[in-house]
Formats: sequence, structure tokens, C-alpha cells
Amino acid sequence: MDTFTAIFLTVVSASTPLLIAALGELVVEKSGVLNLGVEGMMIIGAACGFAAAITFDSLIMGFIGGMVGGAILSYFFAVLVLNFATNQVATGLALTMLGLGVSGLIGEPFAGVTIQSSPMEFLSFVGEIPVIGPILLGMDPIAYIGFALLIGVAWFLNSSRAGLILRAVGDSPTSAHTLGYDVLRVRLYAILFGGACAGLAGAYLSIIYTPFWAREMTAGRGWIALALVVFASWLPFRLLVGAYLFGAVTILQFHAQGAQIAIPQQFMASMPYLATVAVLVIISASRNRAKANTPASLGRVFVPDR
Amino acid sequence: MRIDLEARGRPSVLMIWLSPVIAIVITLFVGGIMFSFMGLEPLNALYVYFVQPLTNAYQLQELVVKATPLILIGVGLSVCFLSNNWNIGAEGQFVMGGIAGSWVALTFHGMEGFWILPLMMIAGALGGLLWALLPAFFKARFNANEILTSLMLTYVALQILDYLVRGPLRDPDGFNFPESKLFSPSATMPLLTDGGRMHLGAVFAVISAIAIAILLWRTIKGFEVKVSGEAPRAARFAGFSEKGMVYFSLLLSGALAGLAGISEVAGPIGQLLPVISPGYGFTAIIVAFLGRLNPIGVIFAGLLLALTYIGGENAQILLQVPGDATGVFQGILLFFILACDTLIKYRVKITGFGGKPVAEGES
Amino acid sequence: MATAKKTKTKKAPKEASIPLLEARDITKAFGSLYANDHVNLSIKPGEIHALLGENGAGKSTLVKMMYGVLQPTSGQMFWNGNHVIIQNPAQARDLGIGMVFQHFSLFEALTVAENISLAMTGERSLADIAGEVVEVSNSYGLPLEPDRAVHSLSVGERQRIEIVRCLLQHPRLLVMDEPTSVLTPQEADKLFVTLERLSGEGVAILYISHRLEEVKRLCSAATILRMGKNVAECDPRKETPASLARMMVGEDIAEIKASSRKSGAVRFSIENLSRKSDDMFGVDLDNVTMSVRAGQILGIAGIAGNGQEELFALISGEQVAPESSVIEIDEKTVTALGINARRQLGVAFVPEERMGHGAVPHLVLSENTLLSTHAIGLHVKSGMIDRGETGRFSSDVVERFDVRVPRPDPVAGNLSGGNLQKFMVGREISLEPGVLIVNQPTWGVDAGAAATIRQAIVDLAEQGSAIVVISQDLDEIFEVCDSVSVISDGRLSPAVSTGDIDYEGIGLLMGGMGASSEKEGTDSHAH
Repeated sequence: MDTFTAIFLTVVSASTPLLIAALGELVVEKSGVLNLGVEGMMIIGAACGFAAAITFDSLIMGFIGGMVGGAILSYFFAVLVLNFATNQVATGLALTMLGLGVSGLIGEPFAGVTIQSSPMEFLSFVGEIPVIGPILLGMDPIAYIGFALLIGVAWFLNSSRAGLILRAVGDSPTSAHTLGYDVLRVRLYAILFGGACAGLAGAYLSIIYTPFWAREMTAGRGWIALALVVFASWLPFRLLVGAYLFGAVTILQFHAQGAQIAIPQQFMASMPYLATVAVLVIISASRNRAKANTPASLGRVFVPDR
Repeated sequence: MRIDLEARGRPSVLMIWLSPVIAIVITLFVGGIMFSFMGLEPLNALYVYFVQPLTNAYQLQELVVKATPLILIGVGLSVCFLSNNWNIGAEGQFVMGGIAGSWVALTFHGMEGFWILPLMMIAGALGGLLWALLPAFFKARFNANEILTSLMLTYVALQILDYLVRGPLRDPDGFNFPESKLFSPSATMPLLTDGGRMHLGAVFAVISAIAIAILLWRTIKGFEVKVSGEAPRAARFAGFSEKGMVYFSLLLSGALAGLAGISEVAGPIGQLLPVISPGYGFTAIIVAFLGRLNPIGVIFAGLLLALTYIGGENAQILLQVPGDATGVFQGILLFFILACDTLIKYRVKITGFGGKPVAEGES
Repeated sequence: MATAKKTKTKKAPKEASIPLLEARDITKAFGSLYANDHVNLSIKPGEIHALLGENGAGKSTLVKMMYGVLQPTSGQMFWNGNHVIIQNPAQARDLGIGMVFQHFSLFEALTVAENISLAMTGERSLADIAGEVVEVSNSYGLPLEPDRAVHSLSVGERQRIEIVRCLLQHPRLLVMDEPTSVLTPQEADKLFVTLERLSGEGVAILYISHRLEEVKRLCSAATILRMGKNVAECDPRKETPASLARMMVGEDIAEIKASSRKSGAVRFSIENLSRKSDDMFGVDLDNVTMSVRAGQILGIAGIAGNGQEELFALISGEQVAPESSVIEIDEKTVTALGINARRQLGVAFVPEERMGHGAVPHLVLSENTLLSTHAIGLHVKSGMIDRGETGRFSSDVVERFDVRVPRPDPVAGNLSGGNLQKFMVGREISLEPGVLIVNQPTWGVDAGAAATIRQAIVDLAEQGSAIVVISQDLDEIFEVCDSVSVISDGRLSPAVSTGDIDYEGIGLLMGGMGASSEKEGTDSHAH
């Protein structure tokens, strides 16, 4: 495996959790709900996923565990913002705090354990393909799932009837309610999907990326995923670009440290966060571009009358 | 089960007072369940957590010590949240305040003078203010979401602190430990009592709460804060500047967080360390909400949340409860506060499983 | 849908004796408020039936229950004589009920075809729907392009979507809530042709309108509600608009006392105001010029969404006007000044939106007075609010303008639309402004409040103030204004005396006829 392949593969694995978590949040926001608790759902996914993977000695169970954990946490968010009409920003923050605390309790018994993951043997034939072959072979299954999810979400939003209903609910919950759609139910499903995605992304971090459990190991990736949705102007394929951009910045930081460049490592560690700020500022400066795709009801409380 | 909300004609006065109480009671109940899952006797654990710290004079002082930064930050955040500006980077502003004030302390290290401490306080407030200026400017000028920018800058602030403590501000005689010199007496917060750690910061906290209360309730600026948050178009109609409010609220809360930061470093800590806050900047968000975004309420909420820190330490020592239980408590509490606040504006009707069939729309 | 009782009705025999839809003893309570109190209504097939009442009389609540959006607290609905419980809009559509909402139930970000598809039951491809949309819309003279996004359409076109959306379902009953409020008189005439044709095809139409002339012309039966209760049924063809109004209001409405005003010097003027909207979905203003003299009331007529909001923001100074324009108050240039500086020069403003613009719903009235009084130094001394003063001021307004309050100094959100509007207009008029700019002064308020407000505006003009009334209500324009301009797609027509123009003439200008020819003129000049 040459250096380029190796570096590219690390970029892929740094980008995958961002892509998956951001895709989930994109669907949530398209339904008109702003869930700022991605960080919390991700860390819960990391803890539950790791715990499940060790307990059942199965990576698959680990990923399922992560998704279930993220979805359960998002359900609490859903009950509050949908049924109790609470402020979405504050509730999302509460979700993050709760997730960080609970994940610490869940993960504690598993501190110090590591997981061995193996490359995908069944794909060995693609290794023969020049240049991209080793990359394709070297990618882990979740990276593929990330791509599949991207295509699936894009198709769902643009071409399916359910996706049309979801966009309609995000555009005008009042109209959707008047036409007889159950706005809260549509939003509940979207929130649960977002929770499962964030959970999967978190499980990926603890099971594949690190692979061990550490407190607060998501280190702001949930927030970066939120910023990516803004960066992508709510267009799924642009998320891919954003996720890989941020994956590359993260990896750059490690390689710069490895190359012993005379920059304080704390500065390099700040890069992803500074890049996020820079990207947000640049994207937000052109209001109209972002506004075209912004779900009109994003973040607003909707209480149906009956 | 289905939950329906029915808008009240006007906010329930009873619920304004009752809802935080209900939230606390439910949180304690859920906490008890959590403890019994951990194999602990729930009532005993709750006692260790929430009552025992109040039975001891030293710990009562500690309560005030921990409440001090929470109140200072929480009061500023109340102004932010009331005006619909979501500064959630108070932790970073706290850290930058700590750094800026420490820089003054270390620059004049070994000197004596009544002016050092005030200068440190000013530098601390300025440090926090300048760190909050970034998200404020990005929002006002470029319309960038302040939630994300202020939070990202918190991570950056933590890295800066780490860099300084391990690099330029490290004590040369400190055996390579990542910490600064111990501040000289002139650069240390005066204590309010003998034998405790309660310091002048507590006075700042109370004064700032009262000052902000007067601002909000009596002045046209306070009116502007409320109108900007509740009805941005009405604020424009009243000629209030939207951008001006972004700066005002963020800079005010940044300065208060910075003041809290330097008070903490020059108070209980006494030197600059790689970690100077157990998450005060985030916990203060809960403090602001539990205090109903009311500065006087924030004082009580700050004391309560301080109790979760001290109780958490207590329970860690006596019952071997993991430290994360404190975070869980705080998270659950904020959850229930938000849910209970719904009772102020709405009547909540719960239809049981046996109730009227639920209509579905996606046919 | 599992619990819904399905009734095959599309091929039901057309028997005039059995009502198509009958609402019997319908009551709907929201908390302690009875929006409908034992209401009865019955509509025969092919009938155009008017549902009349003041704002807040319960019309919208009743039709929402017919469409399954709301559920009655008690009472029954009968469809072709069979008892039905209409649980949701999908079921209403299956029965054959179509509804055109006053506040459209459209999705701005979606296309016409997507919007229509969302109101159809069952899976159908968008292409299929698009084809049928073109066919049906053309056959009824309501042309639509299925691939256009709704936000790019005019209000009239948006209404067409709602109507075509209903027609695609072959409804037996079509409910229309204030359909002509967004149409020019000419567009309304076309709509009536469509409605009469539908009626001829056996479709029943329940028609809600506050324009009694058109009710008299179109409808053969009417049910009148007042404060949630039935008060009368009649044949509008045998009534006069005045007698219908009396039944709706329950008393005679005070006529506006005409005043003898002399126009003086120009007190407020705008020249060459052009501005591209910040909002993608907003309207660009194009070369707006106007002036108002002391003692004069200038009306700005126009269908909603033609630039009124944008114009108000620039006139008031909520948004600062571009330097290329000139705005003057009493011959002082104020182009670059904000709203508070303009207030200090004696101008007062009443925005269209009550909740959240002209008033903050959760604040009490005395605090709401501060919105416009703080800028001119009233009620605030060195930054501190004088609550005694605000209280006195707001209770004066409440008394003088007959604002009905449930308790002393309530929160603004507790007032009915009409009372809050009286408060807002009263707050500004109490400041005795030299210039008053008011946007939609009586939109959505009851007749009594409207009369109070209009009288107050006329009285203010009599004292020598210059007044601009932006209004989509032509009756109002003719009742209070001396001259009128029409705003259409961001362009303002030159002012004409209200004595020299009629509804038809204004209607033509609303459709953009007058303004567009002028625009072509300036364009050719530029080349």
C-alpha cells in the first residue's frame, strides 16, 4: 500500500462519521426541526456501540447498538420539542449534556479495552484494480454504508413521495397540517432517523476509528456535522464534499505532527474548529444562496390545533 | 398515548413559580431510579448527593465558591438567551478571561500593589469580551450562526490554554509540570471568611445579578433585550438595532464569563492550569434556564447546580458513584425544566391508549 | 383512515330535496371560548351558498370542521343524508369536499405539481399529475405551469393552484374562504364565471366573503353567523348589501363623518425610490414616487404581496432607503435616517402585522406603548422607564379609542384583532403626528372597530396631518381617501383623485396595466 493510498484511507475514515451524522441531521432539518444534540447522540452511539460490540463480541451488534442508542436519545428530544413544544435550541443543548453524562456511565466499564477489526476479505478481487483498487479494498464497510446512505437520502428527498411529504412539512407545517398530514409524526420519524445516523457515526468512532472508548471522544465532531449541513446548503451531495474537506483537515493535523513541523500541536488540533468557523462565515455571508434551500420552518415550534 | 397542547389565554402565574420546582422533583425521582439501577439505596444516595453537603459549614462555603462562576456566567447568558442570541461558548470566554487575567498576574509577578487585582479583573473581563466579539462579529457582519461559532471557539480556547500552560506561561521552576507560577498575594482574590475558600467573586456575582436585574426590569435597554428576543420585527419597528443587540448581549455575557474565569483562577485555583473549569460555561446554560432567565432566579439556580458538583464529589468518595453522574443529573434537570416550562404557556392534555382513535394523515 | 367510515358518493343521485352536506348543532370549544355554538348549515347540490359573518364569527372554524382539520366538540355532519364523522382532510376529499383556503395551504419551496400532488390521495406520478393540471387548468380558464416553484407566483396564481387542486379531485362541494380578497375586480369576474359553470355541473359551493355586493350577485342562499351562533338565513338576491351587513353586525354601522379638509403644503414625499428586495421571495420596488399634503389622505391600493411590505419598511425607515432616492418630511431630507429619527420629526407608523410587528404579544399594553414612544423621549428618563407614564398613556388610548380589554393592562396577545388594531392606531394618533403612515388599517377587524379606526384617521387629517393609507380594501380607499395610487409588482401608479376613478379603473391598474406601460416607457428611454 503506497503512501497516497494510506493517507487517502485515513481521510475516508475521518470523513465517514461526519458524513453519516450530517446526513441524518440534514433529514431532520429538512423536516423543519433543528436538533443541536448531534454531539450528544454521537457520543451515546459511541458508548452504546462499543459496549454492544464487546458484550456480544460482534461488530455488527456494535453498530446496531450505536444506532439504537442514538435513536433512543433522539426520542427524548422528539417528545420534548414535538409534544411539549419546547425551544429546539435549548433542548438540543440539553440533549448534548445528557448524552455526554450518560455515555460516561455506559462507557466506564469498557475503558481500556480495544477492538480488533479486520479488512473485508470478500472484496479481495477489487484489489487488482489499479490506483483505486487498494482504496476500495482498504475502506471499511461503514464507509460504503455512508455512500449508500448518501445516495439513499438524496433519492428519498428528491424522488420519493415520503420525501416530498417531509420537505412539505419542513416548508410549511401549517399547510401540511391543513392538508391532513400528521406533522408531528413525520418529524418524529425524521428525528429518530437522525438519532440513528448520529449513533452509527459515534459507534464508528469507537469501534473502527480509534478503536477504544474514551470520555468525550467525539471532540466536537457532532457540532462539525451540524456546520456541514449549513455548508452544504441542505444539499446531500455537497455534504460529501464538506465531510471529505473536514476529514482531510483532521488528517493533515496528524501528518503535520508526524512530520515534526514546528507548529505547536495545539494549533494543529484547533484547525478543524477554526476551519468550521471559517466555512460558516464564508457560506453565511451570501445569504440568498443558503436561503434557497433552507427549510422555511427550521427551528420553529409547531403546535397543531384539533 | 398522545399529548395535546392547548394554549392558555395568558401565561399561568402559578406555573411560572411552580414549574422549576416540579422539574427539580421529577429530576430527583429519576435520579433515585438511576441510583437504584447502580445498586445503591436511592434515598441514601440522594441524601449524600443533595443534603449532606448542606450540613457542613465548609461545604456550604464550597457551595458558594462553585456557585460564583455559575451565577456570573448564567446572568450574562440570561441576557443573551432573552434576546435570542445563543452564546454557548461561555466556557471558551471563561477560559480566555482566565488567561488574560493570569497574564497580568504573571507579568507583575512578585510585585505588590492594590491595583494588580483590579487590573487582572479588567483584563479578565476584556479577555472574555474579546473572545465573544468574534462570534458576535461573525453573526452581525456575515450572519454566521453564533451557536456553532461560539462553540467551536471554545475548543480553540481550550487549546490555547493548553499551549500557554505547557509553553510560554509555564513556571520555569515547576519541574516541567504544566502549570504557571502560583499567583502572588496581591494577585489573589481576597477571601471573605477565615478557613474557607469563599472569595470576593461571590460579591461580584451578587452585584452583577442585581445590576442585570435592574437593567432588564427598569431600563429601556432591558426592554430592548426582551423585545429583540420575542419579536424581532417589533424591535425593528421600535428602532432597535438588531446588530447592536447581537454585540451588546454577546459582549456582556463574554465579559461576565471572562470575569468569572479570572475570579476562579485568582481565587480557588491560584495559578493557571491546563484545566480551569469543570464545565462551568456549559452548566451555566442550565443555570440560566432554571433561573427562568431572571437574574435573581439565576442566583438560586446557581446554588442548586453548585450543589450537584459538590454532591457529585461527595457521592464519588462515599458511594463510588462515577463522576459522570453529575453530568447526567444536570442534563436530566435541563430536560425537565424545558418540559415543565411548557406548562406556563399551555395546558397539557394526555389522551390514554383507550382514548379517541388518533387520526392519521399519510393516507 | 382505518376507522373512517367510507361512503361512495361520487355517483350519488342528484336529489335537490336531500342536502348534500348538513351540519347539525355543531359546537366547537377552544378552552372556555365557544367558536361555534350549536351552528346549523345545509347546502344543496349545485347551490352557491354564502356563509357570512364578521371576523371572529366562527366561519373559518366551521369550514375547518367540514374539511376534517378540526373536530367538533359536539354535533353531527350529514353527507347526502348519511351521518359522517370527518376525521381528517383526506377523508373529506374522499367524500368529495374540496377547500380553497384564505391563507393558502401551499408550500412555497415546492413546484405547482408537487403542491397539487400533496393534496391528492393515492400514489400518482408527478408527470401524470402535471399533465392533468395543464388540461384541467386550461379548460377552466385558470392557466398554470406545473413546474414553476410556488414562491415565484403571484397571489392570484397561487389561488389558482388551490382551485385546480380541488378540481382535480372532482369535488361535489367546494368551500371557498374569501377567494376574491386576493383578486383584482377583473380577476374576480373570471372566477365567478368558473364558479357558475361548476354550479351548473352540479357542484355545490360554500362561499365565504365579506364583499356583500358579490355575494348578492353570486349566491342563492346564505347562512349568517354572529359570535359563533346562527343569526339568520336568507336569499341574498332579495337583500341589499346594507341589510346583509346589518344581519352580520347586529346593528347599524356608523357612517364616516365626511370632513371638510383643505390641503396645504407637502408634508411627506418620496422620489425615485428603487430597491432590490433582500428576500429572494420579496418584491423589488421600482422607481416609486409619491407626495402627500397637509390635510390630505393618499390611498395606496393593491393586491397583497405587490410591494406594500417593502414600501412600508422603507417609508418608515425600518430599512434605510438607497441614496439614489429622496424622502422628505416637511421639506427636510430624511432618506438616510432610521425610523426613530423620522418619529422625532413627527411621523407615526402603523404596520400591517399586529402580532410581533406593531405589538409584542407577550408584553402588556403599557409596555407596548414604549415601542413607538421611547424614541421621542416620552416615558423614558436617562435610560429608565417611567412606568407610571406608560400606564397613563396606554389607559388613555384604551379609553379614547374604545379598546375593549378583558382586564386592566392585559398582554397584547389577549386582545381580539380589532381591539389590538384600535390600540395600535390609537397609540400613534395620540402622539398627534404630522404625518401618519398606516398599512392595512382595518384588515381582519370587525366592522365596528373598522369604523372607529377610519373615523380617527379622517379626524386626524382634518387637523392638518398628511396621511398615507396602504390598503387592499377598495371600499376603504373610497371611503377615506382623497386620492389613490395603485401599487403593482413594486411599481406605483401616479395618484388620481378618488372622485375621478372607479373600481374598474383601479382594477386595471392593479393588474399592472397602467404601471407596465409606464415601465416600458422608461425602458425605451434608457436604451
